[in-house]
Amino acid sequence: MKKEFRVIADLLPRNIRVLDVGCGDGSLMSHLIKEKDIEVRGLEIVEENVKKCIYKGLSVIEGNAETELNQFPTKSFDFVILSQTLQAFYNPEKVLKDLLRIGKSVIISIPNFGYWKVRTSLLIFGKMPVTKTLPNSWYNTPNLHMCTIKDFFDFCIEKKININKVVGVNEETTSEIKKSNLEIKNLFSKVGIFLLK
Amino acid sequence: MAGLFFYMSEKIKKLNVSKPLVLDCKKTVKDFPLAYETYGSLNKNKDNAILIFHALTGDQFVSGTNPITKKDGWWVTAVGPGKAIDTNKYFVICANVIGGCMGSWGPKEIDKNTNEAYGLNFPVITIKDMVKSQETLLDHLGIDKLLCATGGSMGGMQLLQFCASFPNKTFSAVPIACSTNHSAQNIALNELARQAIMADPVWDNGKYLKKNTQPKNGLAVARMVGHISYLSKKGMQEKFGRKLQEKAEYEFSFDADFQVESYLRHQGFAFVERFDANSILYITRAMDYFDLSRQFKGGLVDAFKNQKTKFLIISFSSDWLYTTKENKDTVIALNSAGADVSFAEIKTDKGHDSFLVNEPEFLKTLKGFIDSMHIKFKNEKK
Repeated sequence: MKKEFRVIADLLPRNIRVLDVGCGDGSLMSHLIKEKDIEVRGLEIVEENVKKCIYKGLSVIEGNAETELNQFPTKSFDFVILSQTLQAFYNPEKVLKDLLRIGKSVIISIPNFGYWKVRTSLLIFGKMPVTKTLPNSWYNTPNLHMCTIKDFFDFCIEKKININKVVGVNEETTSEIKKSNLEIKNLFSKVGIFLLK
Repeated sequence: MAGLFFYMSEKIKKLNVSKPLVLDCKKTVKDFPLAYETYGSLNKNKDNAILIFHALTGDQFVSGTNPITKKDGWWVTAVGPGKAIDTNKYFVICANVIGGCMGSWGPKEIDKNTNEAYGLNFPVITIKDMVKSQETLLDHLGIDKLLCATGGSMGGMQLLQFCASFPNKTFSAVPIACSTNHSAQNIALNELARQAIMADPVWDNGKYLKKNTQPKNGLAVARMVGHISYLSKKGMQEKFGRKLQEKAEYEFSFDADFQVESYLRHQGFAFVERFDANSILYITRAMDYFDLSRQFKGGLVDAFKNQKTKFLIISFSSDWLYTTKENKDTVIALNSAGADVSFAEIKTDKGHDSFLVNEPEFLKTLKGFIDSMHIKFKNEKK
């Protein structure tokens, strides 16, 4: 999702150290190096993706974010990015805690289960939603802990995690989400991008 | 035996290391030979040099045909024209370790003080000593900074030492199937190999060379131990299973009934033709003493401080000699030191030997990394 990459890039200053957790084939890393001239490392569980990163000359460590984030020292990165994978962990709370330990700032993007198409799929058709951001069926989805932008917002408040900025992304536009427009943005954003400190 | 003792020295390139070298055992040596080989050619910008460190029983003949043994070089699967480490493109350098027996200063060389082979009068050397002696070769070849350095097993250990001792002497590094120290199990297996040699009466406290002989039986057993540890249980089962060697029935004897026995005997006795028994003692000792964190007073992180080198650590899923876990510990240390490190585990049944055999996923990864590093290094040099 190129729009999400652009939002993430805009949130980052130049010349910093970034860790991309669940970096996939390194598309976001390549984008950030090109746009922001930053030093970026990736952590990726899928062997095929790890090799793709290596061929591109990207620094990547094969490993499981659920169990292997402890290898990164505290505050060793300026930013840690987790793009659309928080919901796939067994214990997202623990992973998030680790991310906040490793990075001075954390950027997390979540596919929004509160998006109107998702809501109508369940409400009108009575079926688990299958959309572009949620392409899998109920039986083969890797997503264990789906949440809405509002859920994650409340979660951060409850856990006293400092929310610096939230950006909602849908087909056409990106827009800042605040407490005042949370209800409406929770309905019309496909993805929520959170900058946490 | 002929192969071992009557080398035609014109086939072996040698550097006389004239700079005094203080060994870890506190002895100082100078004017000793370091045998090496190169493949391909160094380009004008000097941005294509790759140094390879060999493993326990390797030598400087990485690619092509080994001129002494007439067999393939030990890493022909990875190094050569059009291979993962392409010698049409890169300038590849490999030196025989000191303590070895392919022309470098080792226990079978003649001690000028006694005019006899050193045998056990050779000093006990370490991985660090090996690496320090090889570093002199880079000066000799006029290389300030390598594009890449790589090696598997003991070669990987030398490489980690090289990076710790000479930071930023290489732009990138690929330590393969290795660790920052030898585990108890590794030491135990090496001890088994040494005891096999020393239990052979021909060994005679290392003085066998005076009688122009070699403790073949002991050395062959030592090699068999090694071969078992280089394969995985599954790989061995698939390769040999319980298959019998050119027979349908058990012979009710102690001949090699099983194919696996025949294989080990063959490997063992082929090895004694090309390798010096004392060299095995010295080199395995060096491996056992290797402990990078001990060198840095317990702080492995300190070993890798201020590294600009880009690392790629590669492990093999079925390697039980240098496990993925041990390789990952090196990754963690590098991460803690803030070094630039990548890590990939190759899923394979071929065990520790995976880096020496044709393992396509491994070779693709190695090639992809080195080629991408070459582009980056060229940009840096501009």
